[in-house]
Amino acid sequence: MSDFKLPSLGADMDAGTLERWLVAPGDTVKRGQVVAVVETSKAAVDVEIWQDGQIEELKVQSGQKVPVGTVLATLRTTVPTRDQTPKQTPELIPEPTPEPILKTPTRSSDKSTPDRPQPISSKAQPAQTTQAAEQTVPAVPAPTQPVPASASRVRISPAARKRALKIGLDWSRLKGSGVQSSVVLADLEHISQAKQVSAASPSGVLAGRQQAMRRAIAAAMSRSKREIPHNYLSESIPMTLALAWLQQHNAGVVITERLLPAVLQLKAVALALQQVPQLNGHYVDGEFHSVDAVHAGMAIALRGGGLVAPALHDVQSKPLTVLMRELTDLVKRARAGSLRSSEMSDPTVTVTNLGDQGVESVFGVIYPPQVALVGFGAISARPVVEAELVCARPVVTASLAADHRVTDGHQGALFLTALRELLQSPEQLEMP
Amino acid sequence: MNMNRDQLKSTALDVLRGIAPEVEPNTLEPAIPLRHQVDLDSMDWLNFLIGLHERLGVNIPESENANLVTLDNVLDFLQAHGQD
Repeated sequence: MSDFKLPSLGADMDAGTLERWLVAPGDTVKRGQVVAVVETSKAAVDVEIWQDGQIEELKVQSGQKVPVGTVLATLRTTVPTRDQTPKQTPELIPEPTPEPILKTPTRSSDKSTPDRPQPISSKAQPAQTTQAAEQTVPAVPAPTQPVPASASRVRISPAARKRALKIGLDWSRLKGSGVQSSVVLADLEHISQAKQVSAASPSGVLAGRQQAMRRAIAAAMSRSKREIPHNYLSESIPMTLALAWLQQHNAGVVITERLLPAVLQLKAVALALQQVPQLNGHYVDGEFHSVDAVHAGMAIALRGGGLVAPALHDVQSKPLTVLMRELTDLVKRARAGSLRSSEMSDPTVTVTNLGDQGVESVFGVIYPPQVALVGFGAISARPVVEAELVCARPVVTASLAADHRVTDGHQGALFLTALRELLQSPEQLEMP
Repeated sequence: MNMNRDQLKSTALDVLRGIAPEVEPNTLEPAIPLRHQVDLDSMDWLNFLIGLHERLGVNIPESENANLVTLDNVLDFLQAHGQD
């Protein structure tokens, strides 16, 4: 028997609203299976289970907002081994104690979506079983508004629930026209039409969500700047060889297999991090924990504003074509607002590429609890001295923002040198 | 199945809106670089070309990338290389 808890969804998210369960008690589940959808300020997150087993009891109901670490369900485990628990579970990588600014999003996000039901029942207390969970949520966001006690008792069809969540509608006071007075889709249509005429238009809901995301980013970045003594380094990297290799590769494949320079850069970052592992991992409770695999948090700008940096897993061991495919998929899903819990919780480093906007370089803000951010500017023709002659060559400025508590400029310099060298032998980047 | 320019344009805008839903097709200037008018990064642009490739069966070699800048450029290319 084990508890399945709401995993950490990143430093800027300390709670989520369970939108719906995809499993029922008695169902057999496999490790990695998506078992629930949790709504956060950034995306609807597909929450994966990290153990094989059988669902015993669902502890949290749809529509409930609960803090990270809350037991969502209990699981009968078939093989009771601890080894099956991946490193990324909240038990082993506790999220640092939320700052005061992080303790209030319940209240503040309520303001932006006043109609969204957020019942917080006693079940929403954080799990007391592990020390980590206690540290993660020392102060349970106390119910900051009267709990709509009836919310859990009002029946609502899954389709109607989805719609209601989407339009930010509180169904707790509705009397539905379905079986046992359950609220059905048709009931919502009437109301949402009426609402559109009044203040809460869909664009208003969208604006509310963007506001919530802005606040989440503000909290994480403020904490980063408060806690992390950043140091910055940059290096001009010649891209002549990498682009020539890329051109040759792309000429020989169909358009769907084409690679972008960003993918070469990403792979080079992962391989360079393997040489300087002190930049890859998490800083938790005054201690750095390095991670062997490179799970690169890809900074993705969302259309209409906002930013999310979900993980692309095991970059160091994947061929370029696989990375390209996975990156394309990740960007698509991030912009559609559908990400997986493992992608949200376990990036070990962030990679940001602002070259498409034409800037020369970027000096990033580290996303806690990570300890480094690698940035790339635009690849542009610049004067380069070769054999005592000045020539125009494609060059990119790579930058590193690193946590000075963990590394010094020396390690950063080693990393950027390794990165430059790797990009001079692009054929090697294809190898794992 | 030959498409005329208007049909090609409507397909191209359709693909573009799949990538950048905020685009207002009526406001796009066909002779001004698309990426000056729409916030498209290099991945968006590649996805735009892949979308055209998939919808129209037109092969767009990477060497053409530098020539495809405006909507007019794209439509010219599609007209010249469309299947017969």
